[in-house]
Amino acid sequence: MTDKAQIELGDAIAASLENEVVSTEVALGELTITVRAERIQKVLTFLRDNADCCFKQLVDLCGADYPDRSKRFEVIYHLLSHQLNQRIRVKVATDEDTPVPSVVDVFPAASWYERETWDMYGVFFADHPDLRRMLTDYGFQGHPLRKDFPVSGYVECRYSDDAGRIVYEPVKLSQENRDFDFMSPWESAKYILPGDEKADEPADGEGK
Amino acid sequence: MAEVDIKNYCLNFGPQHPAAHGVLRMVMELDGESIVRVDPHIGLLHRGTEKLIEQKQYLQAMPYFDRLDYVAPMNQEHVFVMAIEKLLDAEVPIRAQYIRVLYSEIGRILNHLLNLTTHAMDVGAMTPICWMFEEREKLMEFYERVSGARFHAAYFRPGGVHQDLPAGLADDIMAWTETYLSVQDDMETLLIDNRIFKQRNVDIGVASAEEALAWGWTGPMLRSTGIAWDLRRSQPYEIYSELDFNIVVGNSGDCYDRFMMRLAEMRESVKIIRQCIEKMPSGPVMSLDHKIAPPRRALMKTSMESLIHHFKLYTEGFHVPEGEVYAAIEAPKGELGVYLVSDGSNRPYRCKIRAPGFAHMQSMDLLCKGHMLADAPAVLGAMDIVFGEVDR
Repeated sequence: MTDKAQIELGDAIAASLENEVVSTEVALGELTITVRAERIQKVLTFLRDNADCCFKQLVDLCGADYPDRSKRFEVIYHLLSHQLNQRIRVKVATDEDTPVPSVVDVFPAASWYERETWDMYGVFFADHPDLRRMLTDYGFQGHPLRKDFPVSGYVECRYSDDAGRIVYEPVKLSQENRDFDFMSPWESAKYILPGDEKADEPADGEGK
Repeated sequence: MAEVDIKNYCLNFGPQHPAAHGVLRMVMELDGESIVRVDPHIGLLHRGTEKLIEQKQYLQAMPYFDRLDYVAPMNQEHVFVMAIEKLLDAEVPIRAQYIRVLYSEIGRILNHLLNLTTHAMDVGAMTPICWMFEEREKLMEFYERVSGARFHAAYFRPGGVHQDLPAGLADDIMAWTETYLSVQDDMETLLIDNRIFKQRNVDIGVASAEEALAWGWTGPMLRSTGIAWDLRRSQPYEIYSELDFNIVVGNSGDCYDRFMMRLAEMRESVKIIRQCIEKMPSGPVMSLDHKIAPPRRALMKTSMESLIHHFKLYTEGFHVPEGEVYAAIEAPKGELGVYLVSDGSNRPYRCKIRAPGFAHMQSMDLLCKGHMLADAPAVLGAMDIVFGEVDR
């Protein structure tokens, strides 16, 4: 579909769901609509059943974490219409406490994807029939894909000869996690040297 | 005699079962020998790929994709570099596109050879795996000759492929395509009319087209239910639109159909490989935009600018403009997608890998319900599960 046709499709969807759709956007040849989280079931049912849409397949469902936002999590649904040969991305925003309605009733495939999103981000899906962890270990604590979760994690496991079983211990790194910042000094994070009295002054051009 | 209330029997299938194709634990509820409920516990091979990718530069993140579906490594690299190229709006030279398609199809045959023969082994046929692994070995040699590694090739790069084909490789691949099909014929005679093989597969694990769509099936699993949908045709990428090949579609949606379709798909892949070699033009194999692709070594000896580009690319990496894309390819197992979010820096902000096996694995309960316990390995085999990509 051309960008123009996608914009028209997005506008048509927004017109039919004016209480649900917050914004539509076509960028890089892909159609994205942002909707209100509490109405996601209605939106996906419409996209699935409407004769002009026919997005009959939920291809993917995932989360994303933007800690700077007031609603830090996004849940992203990717749908595919075989009839139109068209994809659509539906986004909702939520935070740690607000559940997103589960869409298992609309697309049964959502079940595991929602479990994975719960596991990785701690986004809660209301009315999910079986919201257990998906990929992490039994008894795992925390949500590893959150931006404030360290890459090394908090616990490591090993087989203990003394205990005769697998034991979990706090992570001990024999070498500090090396995270090189190769960004050039003009673009990267500002390093403020201790005792640098000029740190707060605005840059005065070339002369230093 | 008084009637006895018999409780259903609960069985752990795996996580160390040879027919589980890796580390899969399935908690099964059995009524006698028939399956009432299957609850697959996945994640035993979870390595946090998506988290690791967020810590790496784009080029450093690419080799993780080899390690997802380690049966067809280059197909996985393909989708990641396509996502990056879409964000960068980068051009890929025509010759590089041909090489990518050539190796994607070799990857497809690698994948199907492993899947078909292990599926046959799960239902009791030992010979095919011994015969066909010889062919797999030859294909992995082609991987090795072009990239230096049999599996974890790291060969596809944003903007093209790492190196051109070495001299003589194209001829050797062509020679292989001439002998391979007769080996496949031999293997087929062992299985397709075999009574035991058919008893174990025909009408096992049947799904309708509606179920397939609702459960998010893609690839051969979806096509086995009669839906003609292949991203190579319906949303063509690289040079697939210029090639002549057929999409194989099944009709009964059972395990036997999936098996037969993969056999036919390998024949189509051989056709594509031959066309790629015949049509491949000469020219560069890597983008000439040195902001994303490193300059050739010879150039660095004479040009200061090339030296700077090389240094920058291998320390800082390249920056990708802000935005988000979803790129998908027809991997051997189905639609493999990458949802890539960039915040304008040199590292991906979010990289979600949409693995086809994840959606297929989820429908295990649907497919196994009512079948015998011994049918579970056949259903699993025909699903084509590799835990590298399901667990990520």
